[in-house]
Parts: sequence; structure tokens; C-alpha cells
Amino acid sequence: MKARVHITLKHGVLDPQGKAIGHALGSLGFAGVGEVRQGKVIELELAETDEARARAEVEKMCRTLLANTVIENYAIELQG
Amino acid sequence: MDAPVKPEHDNVGVGSAMKAAIVVFPGTNREVDMKDAFERAGARAVMAWHGDAQVPECDLIVLPGGFAYGDYLRCGAMAAHSPIMKDVVAKANAGQPVLGVCNGFQTLVEARLLPGALLKNASLAFVCRDVHLRLEHAVKPLTGNLAEGEVIRVPVAHGDGNYFADGETLRRLEGEGRIVFRYVAGPGEPEARANPNGSTADIAGIVNEKGNVLGMMPHPEDATGPRQQSLDAVPLFAGIVEALS
Repeated sequence: MKARVHITLKHGVLDPQGKAIGHALGSLGFAGVGEVRQGKVIELELAETDEARARAEVEKMCRTLLANTVIENYAIELQG
Repeated sequence: MDAPVKPEHDNVGVGSAMKAAIVVFPGTNREVDMKDAFERAGARAVMAWHGDAQVPECDLIVLPGGFAYGDYLRCGAMAAHSPIMKDVVAKANAGQPVLGVCNGFQTLVEARLLPGALLKNASLAFVCRDVHLRLEHAVKPLTGNLAEGEVIRVPVAHGDGNYFADGETLRRLEGEGRIVFRYVAGPGEPEARANPNGSTADIAGIVNEKGNVLGMMPHPEDATGPRQQSLDAVPLFAGIVEALS
């Protein structure tokens, strides 16, 4: 089973990289872009085949290491 | 990638002077500056390897600056989960003094020994220059012989020093006198240049509730000796060594 973890900065946490990307898009002529927020995606290959157990395990990984929950949110996507 | 090689530059020193154990992770690069600063102040200093299960017996644990694990994932995140950190956390919780500078501060935050987080500098640029710090609250022994209100000039060198904490945490830090160092403008320096990274409330260094764990972004160890541009942090190290020897 594969897991894809999406990590994004929480609302209210300054994202200077997102801002810089927004500025760059503007200067390239892409109009109408509002706030830009940058995150990261982590793909994991798991030996676990049970979806509920896999989700619980990845949740634990997120809280322990993958995300810093002081500043980041995470969302887990499981793929067969 | 080859496994990093454990460095062999321990110096056990002599006498009954305090002993600092400086934790070295793969990618740490300020450990020798830190050792020199403590030795100049009369302390003994030994290096402790991140893969060891225990910190050697010592009076002070130091997490120095650098880029542990290449700052992969988040700065300090991998280091915070190194084998030795279990012992660092246990000893910190038992009251042992712990000092984290720069990457060491980031690691203490990731290990949840200190609250908040360190984000990318607001400018997005790596900043390497002298800054001025005001000691807001003296916390013994870790702020040494610096006097409250004293302003010192020390260097910073970091890309992720932008301290962030939620409103409630900030109010607690402020109310409990745990914001120990703030960036301030130096003589003739414009206010706007004082804070090098955009940190909330100009925070440069904080302590934990008990006051035995101090994390700061600037490098006091690089303001203590010859060929360094400032000697302003000499009283900090002298005071720590006096108190713990």
C-alpha cells in the first residue's frame, strides 16, 4: 500500500516561500493569483495491507516526525 | 551516503572545572567554536556523538550550531530523533542545564524541550552578520554574568531563525519572563535592521519553564576570543563556568 502525506503550513503561519512564489508568478505576467502557500508531499511505501492500520501508523509517523504540528497540518491519502 | 565518522577530538581537560558535553550530529559545524569558548572560560569540554545512547556525565549539555542531517525535512527534525536525544530530553527534564545555539535551538524546539518553531527567515535569505541582543531576563546559570538590560554584539548565521509561537504561547513566554534575549538596534543602527530574521516579538532566545534549557539563534561562542569581532559574550561563558564548577 502507498501513502501520500500532504504537509501544509497552518493558517496564520508566515510562508515567505509562498510569498516569493506569488511575487515571481506576478512578475511573469500571471495575473489574478491571490495568496500562495507552499507545502510538501511525502510518499511512503508500506508493507501494511489493512487500510485502517496503515492510516493509524502513518498518523503516528506524522505526529512523531513528518509534520511539526506547531506550525503544520497534514493530510493522509492512501492508495491501494 | 557513507556513514559519518565519529570525530576524535575530545579534550577531557584537567581539574575540577565544570564539564560541558557538546553533542555532535552529522552536519554539526560549530562544535569546535563552542569547545574553544568553554575552554577559554576555564571549563572542560568533551564531544558527545549523536549515535550514542547516553550523554557522558557532565555539568552542562550543549547542542551547537550547524546543519544536522542537512536540515532535511525541517531544521533540527532529524537531530531531535537521534539516539542521544532521548537521554538529553530525560536529563533536561530532570533539571540538568542545556544550552542550544542556532541549529541546537532548532533541535531543542523539535524535541519539544522548548515551545514554538523556527521558520525560514522572513527575507528568505541566509543571514550572516553581527546583531545586538538585549538580555531581558537573567536566568542562572545559563545567561552567565550578563546583566539584565545589557546589550551585547554577537554574530548570527542562519536561514531558519524566524521564531514563531501561537498567541497563547507568546503570552506565557512573556508573562513568565522566559524571553531572555531580544534583537535590538545597535548604536547608530536603524530599528528596522535590528531583527535579522523576522522573528515574532524580536525573540532571539527563550528558556523552558524551569529555566534550565536555553535556546538562542545567535552565536555567543563566536564573541569570546581572539580573531572574533566582539568579546561581548565573555561574561556569559565566564558566569556559566563559575556557577557550574
